[in-house]
Parts: sequence; C-alpha cells; structure tokens
Amino acid sequence: MTMFEAILLTIITASTPLLIAAIGQLVVERSGVLNLGMEGMMIMGAACGFAAAILSGNSYIGVLAAIAAGMGMSMIFAVLTLGLAANQVASGLALSIFGLGLSGVIGAPFVGARRDTMARLDLPVLSDLPVIGKALFGQDPFVYASFALVIGVWWFLTRTKPGLILRACGESHASAHALGYPVLKIRLFAILFGGACAGLAGAYLSLVYTPFWSPGMTAGRGWIALAIVVFASWLPWRAMAGAYLFGGITILQLHAQGAGVKIPSQAMAALPYLVTIIALVIIMSRRGGQQSAPASLGVPFVPDR
Amino acid sequence: MTTATPLMLASGIVKRFGALVANDSVDLAIGPGEVHALLGENGAGKSTLVKILYGLLQPDAGTLAWEGRTISLKSPAEARRLGIGMVFQHFSLFEALTVAENVALALDGTEPVSAVADRLVSVSEAYGLPLDPRREVWRLSVGERQRIEIVRCLMQNPRLLILDEPTSVLTPQETEGLFATLARIKAEGCAILYISHKLEEVRRICDRATILRHGKVVATCDPRQESAASLAQMMVGSKVMPTRHEPVLSDQAPFLRVQDLSLRSPDPHGTHLSGIDLEVRPGEITGIAGVAGNGQDELFAALSGEILAARAEVIILAGQPVGHGDINTRRKLGAAFVPEERLGHAAAPRLSLSDNALLAGHATNGFVRSGLVDKPGTLGWVDRVVAAFDVRKGPRDPAASALSGGNLQKFVVGRDILRNPRLLIVSQPTWGVDAGAAALIRQALVDLARSGAAVLVISQDLDELFEIADRMAVIFHGRLSPAQPTAGLAREAVGLLMGGSGFGPGEARARDAA
Amino acid sequence: MRLVLSKRENSSRWMSLLSPLIAVALTIASGAVLFAAMGLDPAKALAIYFLSPISDTWALQELAVKATPLVLISVGLSLCYLSNNWNIGAEGQFVMGAIFGGGIAIATHGVANGPWVFPAMMLAGMIGGAALAMIPAMLKTRLSVNEILTSLMLVYIAELLLDWLVRGPWRDPKGFNFPQSVMFEAEAQTIRLTSDGRINIGTLIALVVVVLAAFLLSRMLKGFEIRLVGEAPRAARFAGFSQSRLTWTVFAISGALAGLAGIIEVGGTMGQLQPTISPGYGFTAIIVAFLGRLNPIGCLIAGVFLAITFIGGENAQIALRLPLDVTRVFQGLLLFFVLACDAFLIYRVRLVRSAPQERSA
Repeated sequence: MTMFEAILLTIITASTPLLIAAIGQLVVERSGVLNLGMEGMMIMGAACGFAAAILSGNSYIGVLAAIAAGMGMSMIFAVLTLGLAANQVASGLALSIFGLGLSGVIGAPFVGARRDTMARLDLPVLSDLPVIGKALFGQDPFVYASFALVIGVWWFLTRTKPGLILRACGESHASAHALGYPVLKIRLFAILFGGACAGLAGAYLSLVYTPFWSPGMTAGRGWIALAIVVFASWLPWRAMAGAYLFGGITILQLHAQGAGVKIPSQAMAALPYLVTIIALVIIMSRRGGQQSAPASLGVPFVPDR
Repeated sequence: MTTATPLMLASGIVKRFGALVANDSVDLAIGPGEVHALLGENGAGKSTLVKILYGLLQPDAGTLAWEGRTISLKSPAEARRLGIGMVFQHFSLFEALTVAENVALALDGTEPVSAVADRLVSVSEAYGLPLDPRREVWRLSVGERQRIEIVRCLMQNPRLLILDEPTSVLTPQETEGLFATLARIKAEGCAILYISHKLEEVRRICDRATILRHGKVVATCDPRQESAASLAQMMVGSKVMPTRHEPVLSDQAPFLRVQDLSLRSPDPHGTHLSGIDLEVRPGEITGIAGVAGNGQDELFAALSGEILAARAEVIILAGQPVGHGDINTRRKLGAAFVPEERLGHAAAPRLSLSDNALLAGHATNGFVRSGLVDKPGTLGWVDRVVAAFDVRKGPRDPAASALSGGNLQKFVVGRDILRNPRLLIVSQPTWGVDAGAAALIRQALVDLARSGAAVLVISQDLDELFEIADRMAVIFHGRLSPAQPTAGLAREAVGLLMGGSGFGPGEARARDAA
Repeated sequence: MRLVLSKRENSSRWMSLLSPLIAVALTIASGAVLFAAMGLDPAKALAIYFLSPISDTWALQELAVKATPLVLISVGLSLCYLSNNWNIGAEGQFVMGAIFGGGIAIATHGVANGPWVFPAMMLAGMIGGAALAMIPAMLKTRLSVNEILTSLMLVYIAELLLDWLVRGPWRDPKGFNFPQSVMFEAEAQTIRLTSDGRINIGTLIALVVVVLAAFLLSRMLKGFEIRLVGEAPRAARFAGFSQSRLTWTVFAISGALAGLAGIIEVGGTMGQLQPTISPGYGFTAIIVAFLGRLNPIGCLIAGVFLAITFIGGENAQIALRLPLDVTRVFQGLLLFFVLACDAFLIYRVRLVRSAPQERSA
C-alpha cells in the first residue's frame, strides 16, 4: 500500500461517520426540524453498538443495536417537539446531555474491553484497480452504505414525490397542512431516519474506527455534522464534500503530528473545531444570510382542529 | 332555487375550538353548476366551514352529502377525489419550489413533475392563464400566484371550486379577468362556492347566497334580489354607519416630504423601492393603493425608520432630515406608526397590553424614568385607550393575543392616536377586522386628520381608500405614482395604475433581479 | 392514539410555578425506576442522591460552593435565552475566565501580592469569559452565523487551550511534571467567608447577581427590551430596539458571568489551574436556566437543586459505585420533563384515540 493509498484510506475512515450523520440530519432539517441532539444520538449509537457487539459476539447485531438506539433517542425528541410542540433547540440540547450521560452508564461495564474492528469488504475486480482501488472498493460496509445514503437521499429528495412532499413540509408547514399532508407524521419519519443515521455513525466509531469504547468518544462529531449541513446548503452532494473536507482535516492533523511537526498537539486537536467556525463564516459571508435554509426550519407546528 | 339534488349539502355542521363555537348547526346547499356566495364578517365562521367542506377539518356534529350520498371527508385528498378544488385566501404555496412542483403537490397521483409541467402548460393556455412551470413561486406576483391555485384545481376537472376571498388581492382589472374565468368554469358545469365580503361582486356573479353571523346561518337569499345595504345588514346584524367624510384638500406645507427615496429590500424575496416622491399634508388623509407585495412593507419600514435610508435628506419630517434617524427619533418629532401585522409587529402576542403600550410609547409617553419603567403609567394609558376606543377585553391587562382581531386593532391604532401625533402612518388599518371596529377606526383616522394631523394610509382595500382618503397614489413594483385628489378620481384609472400601466418599464425589483 | 394540542387562552400563574416542581418529581420518580433497573434499592439510592447533600452544615456549605457557578452562569444564560440568543458555550467561557484570572495569579506568583490580586483576577476572568462570548455574538450579528454551533465549538477550543497551558508554559516547574500550575498564593485565592468552612465570597456575589438581574428584568426598560426581542423580534424593531446591539450585550453579560464563575471556582476549590476544572457546570447551567423558567430567582432555586444532584452523584459513586454519568442522565431527564411540562402550560393536551374520521397528522 502506498503512502497516498494509506492517507486516502484514513481520510475515508475519518469522513464516513461525519457523512452518515450529516446526511441523516440533512433529511431532518429538510423536513423543517432542527434536532441538535446529534451528539447524544451518535454517542448512544456508539455505546449500544459496542455493548451489543461484545455481548453477542456479532458486529452486525451491534450495528442494529446502534441504529435502534439512535432511533429510540430521536423518538424522545419527536415526542417533545412534535407531540408537545416543545422548543426544538432546548429539546435537542437535552437530548445531547441525556445521551452523553446514558451512554456513559451503558458503556461503563465495557470500558477497557477490546474487540477486532469489522472486516473490510473487498469488492471483486474494482478493488484491484490501481491507486484508488483499495481505498475506494476495499472498504468496510459502512463506507459503501454512506455512498448509498448520499445517492439515495439525493434521489429521494429531488426525484420522488415523497421527497417533494418532505421538502414542502420544510418550506411551509402551513401550506403542506392546507393541502392535506400529515406534516407531523412526515416529520416524525424524518426524525427517526436522522436518529437511525446518527446511531449508525456512532456504531462506526466504536466498531470500525477504534476497537474499543471510551466515554465521550464522539468528541463533538455530532455538532460538526450539524455544521456540515449548513455548510452544504442542505444539498446531499455538498454534504459529502463537506464531510470529506472535515475528515481530511482530521487526518492531516494526525499525520502532521506523526511527522513531528512542531505545533502543540492541542492546537492540532483544535483544528476541526476551528475549521468548523471558519467554514460557517465563509459560507455565510459568501451567501449573505441563511437563504437556502428550509423556511420552516426550527418552527414548531401545531395544527388547529 | 335549484330543485335538483344539491351537489354538496352540509347539514347541522357544528365545530368548536375550545370554548368558541365557530360553526353552530350550519346548513348549506350548493346546487350543481351554481355560483353560491358565502357571506359573513371576519370571524363569522366562513373559513371553518370551507375547511370542513375541503376535508381539512372534521365537524364535531352534522353531515355532508355529495350528490345525495352521505360522505365523510377525512382529508383534502378525498375531497379532491370527489372533484372539490380550493383556492386559498393566503395561498397554500411553497415559495422556494417551482410552479410545477407546487402543482404536483396538489395532485394526488404519482405523475412525475415533468409530466405535470406539460399538462400545466396546456391547461393554463386553454384557460388563458399563462404560467411558466419552471419559475419559483417567490418570483411571481400575487395575481400569478392565485393563477397557480386556480390552474391546479382545473387540472383535476373539478365539480365544485371553492374560492376564499379571491379578489381581495387583485386589481379591478385582474378581478374582471377572474370573473371571466369563473364564468367559463361555470359554463363547463362546475359549481362555485364564492367566499367574500365584497357585496357588489356577490350581487354581480352569484346565483345564491348563504349568510353567516357568529357561526350561525342567518339567511339564505338570492343576492340579485337584495341591495348591498340589505346584505350588509344581514351580515353585520345592525345598520353600519358610513364614515362621515367629505374630501378636502389642505394648502398647508407638507409635514412629511419624501424625495427620491430608493431602498434595497433586506428581504431576498422583497421589493426594492425606487425613486419615491411623496408629500403628506396636515389636515389630509393621503392614501397609497396597490396590490400586495409591491413594496408596501418596504415603504412602511423606510418611513418609520425600521430601515434607514441611504441619505438623511430623502425623508424630511417636521422640516428635519430624518432619513438616518431611527423610529424613536421620528416618534419624538411627532410621528406615529401602525404597521400591518397586528400580532408580532404592532404588538407582542404574549406580552400584556401595558407592555404593548410601553412598546410603542417608551420614547414619547414618559413611561420611563432613568431606565425604570413606570408600570402604573403604562396601565393607566391602557385604561385610557380602552375607554376611548371601545376595546372589549376580559381582565384589566390581558395578553395581546387574548384580544380579538378587531379589538386588538382598535388598541394599536388607539394607543398612538391618543397621544395626538402630528403624523400618523398606518398600513392596512382595517385588514381582517369586523365591520364595527373597521367603521370606528376609519372614523378615528378621518377625525385625526380633521383635527390637523397629517395621515398616510397604505391599504390594499380600494373601497376603503375611496371612503376616507383625500388624495391617492398607487405603489407598483416599488415605485409610486403622483398623488391625486380622490374627488373626481375614477376607480378604473386607479386600477390601471395598480396593474402597472403608466409606470413605464419596471426596474429595481428584487424578485426579477435575483 | 395521538396527542392533540390546543392553545390555552390564559395560563394560570400558579401552574407556571408548579410545573418545574412536577418536572422534578417526575425526574425523581424515573430515578427510582432507573435505580431499580440497575438492581439497587431505590429508596436508599435516592436518599444518597437527594438527601445526603443536605444532611449537615458541612454538606450545605459544599452545596453552596457547587451551586454558585451554576447560579452565576444560568442567570447570564437566561438573559440570552429570553432574547433568543442561544449561547450554549458557557462551559468554554467558564474555562476562559479561569485562564484569564489564573493568568494574573500565576503572573503575580512570588512577585507581587496584596488584597488587590483577587479582585483583579475576577475582573480578568470576566473579561476572558466575555471576550470568548463576543466571538459568536460578532459572527451572529455581522454574518448571521448560527451562534449555537460557534459557541459550542469554542468550548472545545478553550478546553484545549487550558490543556496546553497547564502542560506547557504554565506548568509548575516544581510540580513533578504533573499537568498543573503553581498553587495560587493566599491573596490569589477566592476570599472565604468563614475561617474554617469552604463557603466563599462567590456565593454572596451570586446572590447579588440574582437580585440585580431580577430587578433588571422586572423593572427596567432594558429588561423589557430583552423580553421583547425574544418574544417578537419584529415588534422589538418597531419599538426601536437594536437586536444586534442586544445580542452583543447579553453575550457579553453571560460570558462575563461564566468567566467570573470560572475564576471563583478555580481560586476557591482548586487553588491552581488543572487540565479539567469543571464537571460540566456550563452545560448543567443550561438546564438550571430552563428549570428556573429563565427567571433569576428561579435560577437560584434550580441551581441549588442541580448542585444537589452533582454532590449526590459524587456520594453515590463512593457509596454505590455508580458511574458519575448517572448525574447527567438525571439532568437530561430533568430538562425533558421541564420542556414537556411547559407544553402543558401553553397548550391543553389531550390524548385522542385515532378514530377513523380523524386525520392522522
């Protein structure tokens, strides 16, 4: 494996959880809901995924548990914000705090446990391609899943009637309601999808990225995924670009440290957070305001009846 | 009276929202091919009833029958399947989506958007209602938006078309065009339920009328056999006093002078103002007519100081250049303002009336001493406004949202008139309020002008402006026509201006530039 | 089955006082369930969690020390949230306050001292916290960058800065290579109120801040401005209030209060800078602010309650070997219940069985 291949491979590994989480959140926000609980859902996915994988000895059961955990968390959010029309910002924060705590409780017995990371899945023929073959087609199943998600979400949002309806709910829930669309039900599905993606992204961290569980291991990735959605102007392909930009920066940072660059490790570790701020600044100053945000984003909807 | 089985028969419809009974055993029969008017004041229960007919709300009691068969409409999709189409007053459109996508959303099949677009073009051409399917809705004028709503109903071969206050957003000429379209739809055998409070229109195009008051049917009649006055009396329940107003022209120097005001709208979907000249004289009411979305909001914001002008001299108030002065600077010079939106702009919904008195008066009414709020002072002001303007409310100091539209409007107009401003700028003074409140507010505006204040009324209601304005100008695409004396001004001429003729080639419009 | 909401015409005053209490009761009830599920005796566990922190005067002093930063920060956050400014980076502003204040303590160490040192540290701490809070405020007002994300990202950055300082330039040369600064001198430590206890001047400051903030919100035009901007931004513009200036103001105030809390904490309980100086006060204060209904007096009561959960969590860790994260679970649950109870204040909530003629929205 060449140096280039190795770097490309690690970039993909670092970017995949961000991409999966961001694409889920993108769908949620396109439906008009702002779920700031990404970090909490993701870390719950990591904890439950790891616990289930250790207990069952099967990684795929771990993955399913992580998805279930993310969806369960998002269901709490849905009950609060859709059922009770609670403030979405506060509910999302509560979800993050709750998830960080609960994941610590669930993960406590598993601190120190190690397991082998999930096997890679070489696609025949394609993985033998020179240079990019191993990096792109010799990956773990999550990477393929993340690409499939981007394509699927793009196709769903732009090419299907249900996707159009979902976007309509995000643009004007009042109009969607007037046409007879069940706005809250559609948003519920979007929130659950976002939760499933967040859980999956969390599972990636504890089952593939590292061979162990550690409390707080998401380290702000849920929040960065939220920033990626803004950075991407709510478009799936741009979310992919954004996720890989952030993943690339994380890896760059690691390689720079490995290569003995004389910068404090803390400065390097701060880079993704700093880049998040800078990316938001650039995208906002270029576009001048949140023009491309769904018009109903974050506004609670209570149908009269 | 149609003797055949009614196309749609609603009987004994009851709908409650909490303690409010919006519909109280309402009966309504619409015959096949008939143009049926549903008349009533704001809050009489018209919107609730049509939402039930369109499947958006379910009645608490009562039944619907379609061609003699009892039905229950669980959703608008079911209503559409029967052939019921609806044109909403506040359009049910999605600004960021294209025309074709908007239409596709109202069709229930799985037809791809591209096929919808093709069919849309053919239907819209057939009815003479041209539409570009690829345009995004926010780029379109109000009239074009209504066209989308009508065309998308027509694409479903409707048997019953419901129109909620369709002409309130149109110019007189656009209204004529709409009537022609409706005549054609009627000729094809489609029934029309026409909701309005414009009585002359109803008398002109409707075969029958059902009149609602306080949620109950008070009369069913043939509007052509009635006069506008008798219809009005049935609607309101008592005789409405016309506003006492004789047009006058003042020869005093203008209190407000606007010269060559241009402004970029901060709203990406807004309208830029371009080269506005305007004078408002003491003793007169100057009216600004125009279809919604032609720059009224931006003009109000520029005059009030919510948006500052590029140069101070473009707005002269009481002889002083105030283009750079904020809203309180202008208030201190004697100006007062009443914006269009009652809840959220003129008043904060969940704050008390006394807080809302503080909102508009903290700079001028002596409510604040060295940073401290004089709570008894604001409460006293509320009491005075309530007494002078007949504001009906429960407790002494309720939240603004607890008041009905008419009572809150009386409050927000009254809280500023009571401090005897030298200039009052008001946008849509009687929009969505009941006839009694509207009459009181119009009279108060006339009386204020007669007492020597300069009054500027921005309104989309042409009847209202003809009733109270001494001079009138028209705003179109962010430009303003010269003000002319109302006496001797023809409705048609104003209507043409509202449609843009006489303005020359349009320019400086955000939605065209974007 | 589904929930149906209809707006209440007027919400009763005592219900709004009752709803936080209901939320607390629900949290304790779910705590009992949680403990039972973990195989513990719920009564005993709850006693350790909620009663042991208020059992004697020593415990009460500890409680005051823990509640102080929560109250200080949450009062500032309330001003932010009331005016729709979502500062969730108080944790970072707390750390920044500790860094700025601690910097003075380290700079004066063995060089100069006097009674002015601690006041100077408090001032520096406030400046540090406010400076960090100004970054999201500036980005929000100038470029409308979402302040939630920027203020949170700065938490990580501030924590890494502290980590670097105590491992690098500010490490105690005689500290056996431990990542910590020198011990502050006596003049650079938070002033104690009693000679033998732990309670310090920070608690008094927090009480004064509560009273001032309550007065600001209920009596002053500025307080009205804060409420109005949050309630109806367009109406606030109509009243002639500048939204961006207010954003600067509330971010500066809340940052300064968080920074003040940071230096009081470092100068009071640790006496030196360490890599980690907060058990999450900045995030817990968000819950305090909501539980206190964004009201300064409410924040005082809620701050004491959440301080109980902090100490209870530490006690439970020792007595029952429960992970500290249980405290965060409690805190998250509490915020869920607070938000849910608020819905019952604003809306009449009914559970409706999905009858066939009902729409399934």
